[in-house]
Amino acid sequence: MSPDVLYTIEVILNGLMAGVMYALVALGFVLIFKASGIFNYAQGVMALFAAMTLVGIQNGQVPFSHLINAIFGTHIHHFGWQLPAIVAILLTVVVMIIFAILVERLVLKHLVNQEPIILFMATIGLAYFMEGFGDLMWGSEIKTLDVGLPQGASLALEEYTLKWAAEGTEYYGMYLDKLDMVAALVALGLVIVLSLFSQYTKTGRALRAVADDHQAALSVGISLRKIWVITWCIAGVVAMVAGVMWGSKSGVQFSLSLIALKALPVLILGGFTSIPGAIIGGLIIGVGEKLFEYSIGPMIGGATENWFAYVLALFFLVFRPQGLFGDKIIERV
Amino acid sequence: MSPLKIVGVALITSLASTAAMADLVFPSLSYRTGAYGANGIPFADGYADYFTLVNERDGGIGGVPAKVIECETGYNTQKGVECYESTKGENPLVYQPLSTGITYQLIPKVTADGIPMHTMGYGRTSAKNGMVFSNVFNYPANYWDGASHAINHILGENGGDIKDKNIALVYHNSAYGKEPIRTLTELSAKHGFKLTEVPVDHPGQEQKSQWLQIRRTRPDYVLMWGWGVMNQVAIQEAVNIGYPMENFIGIWWSGSENDVIPAGAKANGYKALTFHAVGNDFPVFDDIKKHVVDAGKAAGAGDQVGTVLYNRGMYAAMLAVEAAKTAQGIHGTADINAAQMRDGMEALVMDAAKMESLGMAGFGPEFAVDCKNHGGPGLGAMQQWDAGAGEWKLISDFEPSDMEIIQPLIDEDSNAFAEESKIELQECA
Repeated sequence: MSPDVLYTIEVILNGLMAGVMYALVALGFVLIFKASGIFNYAQGVMALFAAMTLVGIQNGQVPFSHLINAIFGTHIHHFGWQLPAIVAILLTVVVMIIFAILVERLVLKHLVNQEPIILFMATIGLAYFMEGFGDLMWGSEIKTLDVGLPQGASLALEEYTLKWAAEGTEYYGMYLDKLDMVAALVALGLVIVLSLFSQYTKTGRALRAVADDHQAALSVGISLRKIWVITWCIAGVVAMVAGVMWGSKSGVQFSLSLIALKALPVLILGGFTSIPGAIIGGLIIGVGEKLFEYSIGPMIGGATENWFAYVLALFFLVFRPQGLFGDKIIERV
Repeated sequence: MSPLKIVGVALITSLASTAAMADLVFPSLSYRTGAYGANGIPFADGYADYFTLVNERDGGIGGVPAKVIECETGYNTQKGVECYESTKGENPLVYQPLSTGITYQLIPKVTADGIPMHTMGYGRTSAKNGMVFSNVFNYPANYWDGASHAINHILGENGGDIKDKNIALVYHNSAYGKEPIRTLTELSAKHGFKLTEVPVDHPGQEQKSQWLQIRRTRPDYVLMWGWGVMNQVAIQEAVNIGYPMENFIGIWWSGSENDVIPAGAKANGYKALTFHAVGNDFPVFDDIKKHVVDAGKAAGAGDQVGTVLYNRGMYAAMLAVEAAKTAQGIHGTADINAAQMRDGMEALVMDAAKMESLGMAGFGPEFAVDCKNHGGPGLGAMQQWDAGAGEWKLISDFEPSDMEIIQPLIDEDSNAFAEESKIELQECA
């Protein structure tokens, strides 16, 4: 094969991997929107908060240490432990569950039956609160996240694919980031678990019932508040997974909250109510933007990915306003 | 007016003038929040701590206490302008906007208001021409100097011949990131290397396409004009594709501890430009520890002292203090105003003796500012990350840039600005 063909395949594969990373963020949005009709503006900040909490717990950082030291004149920063990643992850899940309960108790409970725009505004407030709260709790410096995930090129793949290029051509083997491959497996696992949970468990069926019709679900005795807590817990865990994957690349820092921007075109394309839609949407966006940058980007100055993702999503929107997998909008008079 | 009233008025006037005499005001347009907060915090801490040191150790500048007014910009141009408008009534002596975007907006404002602005290592490069930009100073170095320093370093590594080399510029797709392109294009024509431009959109969290391109084209060197998360992701991606880190050179805004630590040990050897020294092995840091940190008067937690960005903030404050002292000397008064501060900045001389007396021998380059040249000679150095030791090391002296290329560009750009804005050129002796 000519190196150009191989490079195109490489771009497509890397696009698919990037798409999985986008889908991980989009999943959290879909879960909450499905169960409560809320577009959760705070999903990106939840990913940041979860990753900060994970690093803080793992490294034995004292929460609110700057505040404590400023008030009491102490100099405490660390508990002095270094926890195994799995323990830190489990403790972070506990923190995200507590967070979900607090969100329901302090925010959502008071906004039952309010317009979606009110709930949306509440999540904007929540996002800003969590930004500041996270900084206060764990500090705003850039943190290194190390939960033992592999990073860097897959050398085995590079070596194996070297011989695919035609003889006499310059080719360096195919590049795939091991972290992206792990992210793809994790995303696949998440989708399978979430699908099984919603299909085969009582709580999962209740979640689907609430997603279909709040009033009808209430009439058969399903607790809306309990379902909201469960939904936000799951979204919190998904946010943590996204935070871990993205944070492993860039370190844990404020910009992690901006990954939500990458999820928006995925949601527009895949629909706000479909878990498979989030995955397929992510893959289409990932491949589309990478191929465009590779083939057209150099002719128009590059840096096309951010805007092209939205153009691609809007193009789909023209033909399917509800997104590829979103519920069909039927207005009855 | 009764004698009592006269005494009262005199007392109030005296108190008012004492209040005016009380402080020399230095606004700090900082950003401790938002996407770039992690970088803004150490700079703001270093800036504030040096003024605290001067107040605590020396009793102020020429006996007058310095006062830092901090205003949060969030690295947002609009907020930066609001900060300027809200603080300019406090009789500020000099602004440090710490953002190229804010700098561009403030240039006409500070010029009209007669307040000097110092954009150290950022902002509008052609502001070096003091005849056009009377109130803007960008000593000791600017972006075009930085581009030239990087190429000079590569020339040095290749025996002065880089004719067939391919050099890629990975840059933040903004006014800041595009600043060096013109200079690098000219340098490419002069030295015969091929320049490949690789833009990265804000914020730079996802750079897979750019680094796949670099992996395909295999440039001999990669230069980076990045900021914030773009730096960390770029260094990680470079590590991932196995790019030789010693051939990867960042501008001074891509060379802090924040940028290299997330990539771990594999970031070892990454290089970045600088215009000041690294580490805390200078007597001034002992003073900061004694008079500021241990006294509980540090702006932050005191854990950033000696880091690259803390040192840069401290260096900026030191240059402001020295300019204020120069202004006090020129005008024979301790209670200087903004116009007098401008004169002080224009006559600033930083020589080895002065640096040594400040406990900062060799911390920055020696330079002098004058009416025509608000940027000094543009000296810069190279630092390299030692991941094992977890510290930056200076690997060169402060060296000059290629003014044969840069000066005509400065003249062209500044004169075009003067013509477009109908600016009357400042007369210089």
